[in-house]
Amino acid sequence: MRRMSTVVGGVLAAFINIFIAVALGGILILAVGEDPIAALDVVLQGAFGSLDGLSYTLHYATNFIFAGLAVAIAAQANQFNIGGEGQAYLGGLGVTLLCFAMPGFPWYVALPFAIVAAMAFGAIWVAVPAYMVARRGSHLVITTIMFNFLASLLMIYLIVNQFREAGSMIPASAAISPSLELLRFDQILAAVGVQVPESPLNVTILVALVCCVLVTYLVWHTRWGYELRAVGANSEAAAFAGIPVNRVIIQAICISGGLAGLIGVNEIMGAQHRLMLDFAFGYGFTGIAVALIGANHPAGIIPASILFGALYQGGASLSFLFPSVSRDVVIVLQGLVILFAGGLVHVLRPLATSAVEAVLVRMGMAGERI
Amino acid sequence: MLITKPESILEAVPPAIEFIGLTKKFGSLLANDNVSFAIRAGTIHGIVGENGAGKSTLMSALFGLYKPDAGEIRLNGKQVSIKSPSAAIARGVGMVHQHFMLVDRLTALQNVIVGSEGRFWLGGRISACREKVTAIQRRYGLAFPLDATIRSLPVGVQQRVEIVKSLYRGAEILILDEPTSVLTPDEAKGLFHVFRSLAAEGKTIILITHKLQEVLEVTDNVTVLRQGRCIVTTPTNSVTRASLAEMMVGRKVGRISDVRAPATCDVRIRVRDLAFRDPSGTARVSGLSFDVHGGEILGVAGVSGNGQTELLSMLAGLVGPSDGSIQLGSLTVTPNQPASPIKVRASGVAHVPEDRLRHGLVPKWSALENSVLGLQRSGKVAGLGNWIVRSKVAEWCRELMIAHDVRPPDPHRPIRVFSGGNQQKLVIGRELALDPEIILVGQPTRGVDIGAIESIHRKLLAQRQAGKAILLVSVELEEVMDLSDRILVMFEGRSMGELLRDEFDERVIGLMMAGSQRDSAIKQIGGGEG
Repeated sequence: MRRMSTVVGGVLAAFINIFIAVALGGILILAVGEDPIAALDVVLQGAFGSLDGLSYTLHYATNFIFAGLAVAIAAQANQFNIGGEGQAYLGGLGVTLLCFAMPGFPWYVALPFAIVAAMAFGAIWVAVPAYMVARRGSHLVITTIMFNFLASLLMIYLIVNQFREAGSMIPASAAISPSLELLRFDQILAAVGVQVPESPLNVTILVALVCCVLVTYLVWHTRWGYELRAVGANSEAAAFAGIPVNRVIIQAICISGGLAGLIGVNEIMGAQHRLMLDFAFGYGFTGIAVALIGANHPAGIIPASILFGALYQGGASLSFLFPSVSRDVVIVLQGLVILFAGGLVHVLRPLATSAVEAVLVRMGMAGERI
Repeated sequence: MLITKPESILEAVPPAIEFIGLTKKFGSLLANDNVSFAIRAGTIHGIVGENGAGKSTLMSALFGLYKPDAGEIRLNGKQVSIKSPSAAIARGVGMVHQHFMLVDRLTALQNVIVGSEGRFWLGGRISACREKVTAIQRRYGLAFPLDATIRSLPVGVQQRVEIVKSLYRGAEILILDEPTSVLTPDEAKGLFHVFRSLAAEGKTIILITHKLQEVLEVTDNVTVLRQGRCIVTTPTNSVTRASLAEMMVGRKVGRISDVRAPATCDVRIRVRDLAFRDPSGTARVSGLSFDVHGGEILGVAGVSGNGQTELLSMLAGLVGPSDGSIQLGSLTVTPNQPASPIKVRASGVAHVPEDRLRHGLVPKWSALENSVLGLQRSGKVAGLGNWIVRSKVAEWCRELMIAHDVRPPDPHRPIRVFSGGNQQKLVIGRELALDPEIILVGQPTRGVDIGAIESIHRKLLAQRQAGKAILLVSVELEEVMDLSDRILVMFEGRSMGELLRDEFDERVIGLMMAGSQRDSAIKQIGGGEG
């Protein structure tokens, strides 16, 4: 239960921040000589205007949900897991190995094992930084970002020297067997008679939504979650209360790594069907912005993920349709949203919260909880 | 030391400080409600009130930390608007906070001059500063070594550095917030002596305190605040301890009863040759041995920072001893056999920590979530297993709040908006819910209003009657003397000896707190009695 002013204020602040980012983005579009209203229209049309675009948006959003949940659960322990990208990369390795170990199995048999493999690889990859932060006092930001580089180099070695098909010049593994490819939504729609172009949106989005529910229950409705939040909110009081602080921190970071690892399921079994170089590029960092906008709560992370999914997809249409809007301009636009809606979220939130509080006091509803 | 002057002269000179209708609101809370009173130059003025009575808010307005919503402040008859601490300092207002604002690694001299060096290049100016500081020290009898680093100085001396720091900046008005909480009774007397010489030089001293004895001893005038309102401003010689207490609380205050049953024989806490060295190798506790029996309260007295905190931390299993042993019920703790808070709690030990907001509570949580902190694996709370059923825990919390008179009994209220007394009652209630055999209590009434103090003391005595072993650490000598069956005095991490209840004497304990052994302290006072 949270105070109504906190919740409404947070939502209000998020919208104002996004509005400011969009307005600044408009100025940028104007500066490169295009019509900002038309550009916004292209972005919205690209992201939501067709079933095709929408499914791409939701496909990206699936990855952002995993990345955002990963950041959020570590944040509950007052830890900043910035290495989601490396953990996702390793999660992909786990999924690939599993797929090569289970050729010919139907996807629905392999999926639970793939989820376990992806989470295990992501968790093991972050276990060393987790141990170092809890027992040796190193800083998780530094160690996880360094582990991103380690992951990148390790995967280059593995993909180029181990997984690459003989004679192929492409730095990617062989394709997984077709039976392991996850069911896509265009296939489902085709089965009920709606023909849409093929797009990568697949059943993993359901896994992501289930994860949102599980994380909500784990953090707010279990004893472990209670201890986790105690550690994050006041680790000294948690220690006094007999909570094994270091153990809880390690567990939280490992769960975080596991959630990031699930991006591997979506990308390898759902979309690319092979292990490709840099397939997880950027997801870990965008996950930080997603968690920030989503206030570290799944109910906020889902809309924030869709927002960033739309930016990815709509941005792609923008640079495709407007010749003077290069790929770099799109990256700057995404950066603006991250800056305002993510980085500056704490600047506006207190103001918005107290404004809402004042309105609620006027209405005689101060202190209401929802 | 009240200097009475003819009223006619006083009328002519405007007061050093005048508050006129000062009002400050925090949300719906009126922290200061139309406060008006004046403080004459060259006097020592006490401000007393319970926690939350508005003392700190009022002084923060004077020191430029808060902007009042209404009313004005006049300094020497002129209306001023003080927007920041630096503006306050520029107008000659200095403040010595309860927690000192000193840089540990710098020397005393550097701490005095930091921020007022004058120019970018220090150059040869240091020697001029040194002369100026020495002159201030000599004038008011505030001796301390200029070149010692702050962390090597005892707290009493650090306080002198703080005072000199304010005087160096030209303070004519000096605000001291609970200055004696870190001092032995003797050091406090020395401080009061400094106050008098400062006042004699025309400086105005404002003493914020909750110790009524000090107010009676040192101040010329006293202002009583209650619930943000100024109840009275009066010459100190016109009030008594009882009348002050009554004005502070708004009703008559009773003393707790003193019925004592003998302790049961079994030893519940046995400490032998206990030592603790901090990471830098400094001995914080050494050679400490004592027993606590069931049905007994052992009070640990001492100036804060003499090893009491480390003792409690070791007993609670938060840190391991460097040497010696602890026996808590059936649990043995040695350097090779370290405990943890989990093991200690499992052996029937409850712990009311010294600093409740840092160690006892999660400030941003509701009362509900705080009411089960530490109980989450005890199995004593319905609705709190692997899964949490919030409605059941809320019911449990509400019952706990009613049983321990936590007001208002609303489990969903954030804990930080409860008063200090109500927070503490919740912490104590929660710890007692474990039905412990051993209770470790640190500063149970720090920052707690008088009404709650009474109820907390009754609770601890009731636990003693029920045969629990209680170790009470407090810097409030009065509290330790009221509650304890025996008092152990700590000085620099060592025990200066124990006193039995019929040997309690504030002067003896005062000497022991300053480092005298028990027997020599008793001899010095003269038999320990009278």
